[in-house]
Amino acid sequence: MPLNRSKLVEIVQNIPAFPQSVNQVIAMTSNAMCPPKKLVQVIERDPILTMKVLKLVNSAFFGLSKEVTSVQHSVVYVGLNTVKNVAISVAMSGVLPETNDAGLDMDAYWKDSLAVGVIAKMLAEQRKIPPNETADYFVAGLLHNIGKVLFAHYFPAEYKEVLGITEEKRIPLHKVEKKLLGLDHCQLGGLLAKEWQLPENLRGVIRHHHTMVKDYGDNKLLVAIIAASQLNHYINGSVGVLPQLPKQVEDYLGAPLIDVADSLENLEREVDKAQAFIDVN
Amino acid sequence: MKITMRGVRGSIPVPGPDTVVYGGNTTCHEIRTTSGHLIILDGGSGIRQLGNELLANLPVKCHIFITHTHWDHIQGLPFFIPLFIPGNTMDIYGSFDPVYMKDLRSILSQQMEYCYFPVRECELAATINYHNIREGQAVQVGSATVTPILTNHPVLNYGYKIEDSGKTFFFTGDYEPPVNIYDEEDEEYAGYQQLVDEQQQTLIDFVQGVDVMVADSQYTHEEYPAKTGWGHGTFETNIRLARLANIKEFYFTHHDPMRTDAQLDEIFSEIMSRDNLPDTVFHLAKEGTVIEL
Ligand SMILES: [Zn+2]
Ligand SMILES: [Zn+2]
Repeated sequence: MPLNRSKLVEIVQNIPAFPQSVNQVIAMTSNAMCPPKKLVQVIERDPILTMKVLKLVNSAFFGLSKEVTSVQHSVVYVGLNTVKNVAISVAMSGVLPETNDAGLDMDAYWKDSLAVGVIAKMLAEQRKIPPNETADYFVAGLLHNIGKVLFAHYFPAEYKEVLGITEEKRIPLHKVEKKLLGLDHCQLGGLLAKEWQLPENLRGVIRHHHTMVKDYGDNKLLVAIIAASQLNHYINGSVGVLPQLPKQVEDYLGAPLIDVADSLENLEREVDKAQAFIDVN
Repeated sequence: MKITMRGVRGSIPVPGPDTVVYGGNTTCHEIRTTSGHLIILDGGSGIRQLGNELLANLPVKCHIFITHTHWDHIQGLPFFIPLFIPGNTMDIYGSFDPVYMKDLRSILSQQMEYCYFPVRECELAATINYHNIREGQAVQVGSATVTPILTNHPVLNYGYKIEDSGKTFFFTGDYEPPVNIYDEEDEEYAGYQQLVDEQQQTLIDFVQGVDVMVADSQYTHEEYPAKTGWGHGTFETNIRLARLANIKEFYFTHHDPMRTDAQLDEIFSEIMSRDNLPDTVFHLAKEGTVIEL
């Protein structure tokens, strides 16, 4: 039974905004030349982020013998690099609902999104994309499937059925979504991306990562995420590997999937490291 | 207590004709307490030879305190033979990694994953106990008390103070004194400087009057501007610390891997020729140095 469009729109409008500070912190941390005081400033200007950073730094995990009372104090106490990492972790967590009754395995979901993000970033680095842009590739990978989480959270019963059929019949998820719900996670994610006013190219990634066309225009990010997602499917041996890749994706990869997959050294370790994004709460 | 320096080099082992005097092994210090217990600070490549010598007296019981898990402080652990012998007991202490949410055990077992090393952590035959310790949490080892304090580095790093029978020893691990991230004309400058000064004072109070201090002095004052934020101190920051904390004897360590014996001698004699040094007795840390306290 297709979902009601206007109900969807209403739901999407009521999702809390994606904090700008998250984007800024991520962008800054990929730039080694960024002055530390700028980073501190971004955190300080976002009271929620500040509170989360202080909460974690003062938690038992750090086991500090004195209480840290400000972002500046935390930088002096535990070091700039650690504060930076903590800020990214806490900034990412809590952006999306974390539980659902649809049976979407959130750990697997995040692991998969992280893998695509890490692969996208590694590919971008290999292709000499400037460091200040590679963070966008990571974020795009992390968020590209965001529509799935919305389905699972807001339409648990319907989505449970979708997941069941996907599993049972080994049909790509987005096709089942479209058939049963009337729209797929790209479309739903696209609605949210628009509502959040995410950057144009990131919106394109969320909306079109399952769209197979000859020409993706100048959205390099979209081509890169489709490539990364294909590699991830390939590495996991999943049904999502396309028999024929779009030409632009093929060009971006520059070699067959098997060879590109081989070129990704320490992928698992990198994914593991990035796991910090979702583990901290 | 008796301290033997097993590794005094920073970043990477550098064996070779240019480093035979001060030594090429990365960080490791052996401490025998008055009660005869064995404490090891860090598992850099210097721990390998120590392990071999320990085999003469089995079973080995030791307490290994890790300052932080940068490679040059743990790379010798997989080659520490006592780990592979049943009947030996190792207690390993260090900080939990709150950024990657990993405890010491998982960090060290990752180090021994098959792709890096042929033996897995779970195959180590010795009894190994891991302890994630908090800042300020004192650990009693025989007659000695070991207490960690956080010192600034790109990852959490513990400096360890060891007190034994009225004598004190302190090792910074890797340490770069925090610097003011603001420019003097910024309105936040003064407030931030106060935080930096307070943090520095906490360390000064913690190490006040220790008998022997070993501190990260990888760079010279001239080299530092290009290395700010890399997590290491300079000879000058340490002389200042020695003065303020009234340290009796001071060893500069974590020698830069590019530094030859001749260069170290040259830097050291220039520094020692300066006027207005504190009363502290300064030395360059040297592999094999033995200090009796
Ligand atoms: Zn080091
Ligand atoms: Zn280090």
